Amino acid sequence: MLSLATRINRRAFLGHSACGLGSIALASLLDPGLLRGADRDKVQGWKGVINPPHHDPKVKRVIWLYMAGGPSHLETFDYKPTLAKMNGKPMPESFTKGQPIAQLQGAKLNCLAPQHEFKKCGQSGQEISSLFRHLAGVADDIAIIRSLHTNAINHDPAHTLMNTGTTISGRPSAGSWVWYGLGSDSENLPGFIVLTSTGASGQQQPIAQRQWHSGFLPGNFQGVHFHSKGDPVLYVKSPEGVTADRQRDVVDAIQALNRLYNEQVKDSEIATRISQYEMAFRMQSSVPGLMDLSAETKETLDLYGTRGGDGSFAANCLLARRLAERGVRFIQLYHRDWDHHGGIKNDIQKVAKEVDQAMAALLKDLKRRGLLDSTLVIWGGEFGRTPMAQGNGRDHHIKGFSMWLAGGGIKGGITYGATDEFGYNAVENVVHVNDLHATMLHLLGIDHERLTYPYQGRNFRLTDVAGKLIQGVLA
Amino acid sequence: MRKKAFVAVVVLAAASRLSAADATPKIIDYSREVQPILSAHCYACHGPDDGKRKAKLRLDRRDAAIKKAIKPGDAAHSSLISRVSSDDDDEVMPPANKKDRLTPAQIDVLRRWIDEGAKFDIHWSYVKPVRPALPAVKNKSWAHNAVDTFIAASQEAHGLAPAPETDRITLIRRLSFDLTGLPPAPEEVDGFVNDTSPEAYEKLVNRLLASKHYGERMAMYWLDAVRYADTAGYHSDNHRDVWLFRNYVIDAFNANKRFDQFTIEQLAGDLLPNPTNEQRIASGYNRLLQTTEEGGAQPKEYTAKYAADRVRNASSVWLASTMGCCECHNHKFDPFTTRDFYSFGAFFADIQEKAVGRQDQTPILPPEDAARVKLFDEQLALLRSTLDRPSIELDALQAVWEKSVRAEGVKGLPKPVADALAIDPAKRTPQQKQAITKHYRSIAPELEAIRKATADVQAKRDPLLKNAPTTLVTTAIPPRVVRVLPRGNWLDDSGEVVQPTVPVFLASLDTKGKRATRLDLAKWIVAPENPLTARVFVNRLWKICFGQGIVKSLDDFGIQGSLPSHPQLLDWLAVEFVEKGWDIKYLLKLMTMSNTYRQSSVASQVVREKDPTNIWLARQGRFRLEAEMVRDNCLAVSGLLSSKIGGPSVKPYQPAGYWSFLNFPKREWQADKGESVYRRGLYTYWCRTFLHPSLLAFDAPTREECTVDRTRSSTPLQALVLLNDPIYVEAARSLAARIMKEGGPDMETRLNWTYRRALSRGVKSEEVKLLTELYQKHLTEFQKDMPGAQKAVTVGQLSAPKNMDTAELAAWTSVARVILNLHETVTRN
Repeated sequence: MLSLATRINRRAFLGHSACGLGSIALASLLDPGLLRGADRDKVQGWKGVINPPHHDPKVKRVIWLYMAGGPSHLETFDYKPTLAKMNGKPMPESFTKGQPIAQLQGAKLNCLAPQHEFKKCGQSGQEISSLFRHLAGVADDIAIIRSLHTNAINHDPAHTLMNTGTTISGRPSAGSWVWYGLGSDSENLPGFIVLTSTGASGQQQPIAQRQWHSGFLPGNFQGVHFHSKGDPVLYVKSPEGVTADRQRDVVDAIQALNRLYNEQVKDSEIATRISQYEMAFRMQSSVPGLMDLSAETKETLDLYGTRGGDGSFAANCLLARRLAERGVRFIQLYHRDWDHHGGIKNDIQKVAKEVDQAMAALLKDLKRRGLLDSTLVIWGGEFGRTPMAQGNGRDHHIKGFSMWLAGGGIKGGITYGATDEFGYNAVENVVHVNDLHATMLHLLGIDHERLTYPYQGRNFRLTDVAGKLIQGVLA
Repeated sequence: MRKKAFVAVVVLAAASRLSAADATPKIIDYSREVQPILSAHCYACHGPDDGKRKAKLRLDRRDAAIKKAIKPGDAAHSSLISRVSSDDDDEVMPPANKKDRLTPAQIDVLRRWIDEGAKFDIHWSYVKPVRPALPAVKNKSWAHNAVDTFIAASQEAHGLAPAPETDRITLIRRLSFDLTGLPPAPEEVDGFVNDTSPEAYEKLVNRLLASKHYGERMAMYWLDAVRYADTAGYHSDNHRDVWLFRNYVIDAFNANKRFDQFTIEQLAGDLLPNPTNEQRIASGYNRLLQTTEEGGAQPKEYTAKYAADRVRNASSVWLASTMGCCECHNHKFDPFTTRDFYSFGAFFADIQEKAVGRQDQTPILPPEDAARVKLFDEQLALLRSTLDRPSIELDALQAVWEKSVRAEGVKGLPKPVADALAIDPAKRTPQQKQAITKHYRSIAPELEAIRKATADVQAKRDPLLKNAPTTLVTTAIPPRVVRVLPRGNWLDDSGEVVQPTVPVFLASLDTKGKRATRLDLAKWIVAPENPLTARVFVNRLWKICFGQGIVKSLDDFGIQGSLPSHPQLLDWLAVEFVEKGWDIKYLLKLMTMSNTYRQSSVASQVVREKDPTNIWLARQGRFRLEAEMVRDNCLAVSGLLSSKIGGPSVKPYQPAGYWSFLNFPKREWQADKGESVYRRGLYTYWCRTFLHPSLLAFDAPTREECTVDRTRSSTPLQALVLLNDPIYVEAARSLAARIMKEGGPDMETRLNWTYRRALSRGVKSEEVKLLTELYQKHLTEFQKDMPGAQKAVTVGQLSAPKNMDTAELAAWTSVARVILNLHETVTRN
């Protein structure tokens, strides 16, 4: 049966049998003398179940700038003059009747005009909010999608859907799927890394580890959270008093004793553990260097607007580029401060300022280093915000919102899809979250219907039972 | 010639899945060979889901299938065969764009099956198990009990012989981990190794089953299934008290509570006559799900989510069925319908809870305290009625008081009273009059004695409730209306209203016209007629003893699930389990007493190649310890482990800032002090959105959904935890101090002492050599780097023992860290 075959496959990967890594590879792990240097590194990384890819990939990696809390599309990428005219007037009931609604339950529903100006930017004349002065400079590189919709109106399930393709907990996140599907080019770092930052204006929703959890995939594919304070990776620092050399001695002794034990029991799992200890030790030395931005030029630091070490979104953007250079497959940056139930005019200006320069810098920096063509950059949150006022803010909204994409395989300088004149419903070229995932996988060379994992009797996939390519944004 | 080759292919294909030895072509087995093909490739459009059915063809039922696509006995004229083997893109099935063409071997299975008459069977797990006869085996001397007999028969059928019995050290280690989750102490190992009596092993099994740590080990497993956690799960993920439920589970396993009773108490303990505290706590099962407090969450939506969650969980835990699929559509593979899903959910419609908001905790008082509170409440009622009683005398006194107050001013009186007094007595409303009277009676000197008595009673009553531990229990209220939600859409009220019923294809409940309750559901789940429950549970016990189930898909006994590797053994065990009174310890004893269990886990090259995934159990399993056990083992070896059982969750060390992404409110993890830091892993505070990173690294689930088959990964993060997490460093230091104190005079004796603690065995000369080298090198280094040595021995809350050479202790800490990190240390074999 299918499940058995796949189980064998999975076990092979986990190291229970030799067919996953190849017998030479295994032997080399047990006796490092057999393989050296580059050859040795080649056999240690997980190379993915989609190997070769289903079709020619356009990109090798994803950088997802995740604006947690639900950025208003009406103040960022979807200008609505009609809504401006209707400011303070009742929202037509034809839109809202029988629709899900969050904190405005039972409240009077009046329109709130867009709180910031929009400008036409770049050669293409993309309409972008004046909040994003720097992004305007790379307007021709991004494809704005104005017609997203999602199913969940509260943060927690909406995050779950945006990351896993469904609102039911326990499924793998997009990054875990991609790592499982394609493996990683990095020998010293995990294939899926999460960076987080928090804005200063206090509109911060919680986020949860389940957003980068591997769900029912093997735990190996769990996203690894890099922290800006304390140890960048939990437990990556050797104990006090234990120098790198002493730690190496300890690891060497563990490895040697494990090899001795293996002579007796012949358990291929031991080879896996030996390789994981090697990887752990390499992380201990490579991660601090990675997080240290002092080797970056002043010009680069200025471009992003960071000095590093402050846990800011800007520092994380620069780290994202460094991770991309090191072959990390999936990099997700959360920035929390977008939940503008009140005070949207001022607060969205603050949070936009926190992300604008750095995200534009990231695109420029990737481009000049020749990395943008092989990277997909995604910007957006878990949902948008209502055209209706909630005091001087906006409530959660799921029927229409905006995101943008940039990088390899993406048609820059276009705006795709549209909401109605109030910015309530996505009405033209409507895009569901599952479609976004399908398109992301497509760009990575994966047919989203064929990246599956058997669980509870079904071949599950990131796109659940839906997902179609957003052809209009593909170059 | 060609045909022969074809048969060979088929046999090979079947052999690779089922059997390596048996080469004679057999009658095609519908359940094992045909249904998996139809289910995987055809049911999505031609299965039980009538919503998505194409061409009105269904292939999951014989009566329907033989009307259209199948001509029994005549594959050549069955359109099923012509369609699946067609070269025409417009004809071929599955459709060309599905890219999942059947292989020639699969088509041949279908062809032969139709030629043989196209016999359909009911899926194995939906037929009540009957006790099969024991098979005849050659290796009679090995077949110690029924388990062995079935295992020997399958080994023999596949040309395998059992592995030799493992050595006693491995055996006691294996058994201790499996039954208590803890390593054996060196004295226990010696006792067993030196016990020459024929009952030595049985005594050991009995002792471990009687250990109070047995309940903890079994609870680890059960808490995953029922998704026990200390936080609510969604969004702000706030705290809730449910540790009494964990106590209940530990106690139930330790007391060997019958599994049927255990089931009934959790699903419906509150509905039992005069439920005990224990039964009410058990009913907290229904409250363990994720709940939300998020502002703007719509109660109706979350009520629907909770119903669905409960259906998914109960059907996974007891029936290994994936009923969750039916929230939006009829099941694609199994005979569950959407109506079944919502009717199952209706059983839980009587549970009192807040759809959105903090759940109310229920104090649990010991019976004697509860009786006292009842008595106090009666006294209080009496006293209050005395205070409120109409009285001409008091009314007269009140009038005098009113007069004086009006004269002196109302300053200091509560505003409503003052306001009422300002009004002409004749014009006062009844409320105003009452406000004045009530106030007067609260100050009247004549009533002082009664007021004092009231206060005294109150002072005795309140602490009883305040100091009582609280938990979430189930309280039944008039049931909510439950409708079928079209496509799972909670906004759509057009669906039919449903009553509680069990899945229609499995059974119907006779409740004499009354609405069926959770108690009815629970009783049906554990009725001997239920084909699933006993099989599902014995399969999970099997996993505990052998590392994988007889049915590998522990959570799916449906058509897409794995088939049992030993169907007769599974049925035999299920029947035995029920007939012996759902006796869990009895069943574990049966399994662990078997020779199958006692085999070595080391396999020859031949066996490894013949049976790489150990389906036929010609050896025992070897696998990494579970997350909590990795921790427990290390603490036990180092001597730090607390042996306290039960109680509230504890907070061991956790990296600072790990909780910084929680909000509403913002929280800091405050690590406990003292013994709490060294409790077993199952007591670690289980925060769903940010589970303790050391547990998470070793595949502990976040318990949002039912988990019955944890993944077992091997990752660099695990290495970082064992190398650098302060608890592991502190444990290594504690172990080092003990080595120096108790380990003996010289290097080899000391290492031997340590190996016996950590690995239950003596140390080998090569190991001595390696570790001595490390020790000497680090000793020399630390002697030159005393500040470093000092730091290395002060990780954790305990201060380093005095009167010990710091450099020596630091060097031994290095050695202890190595030993605690060994593959062998974290492996059950």
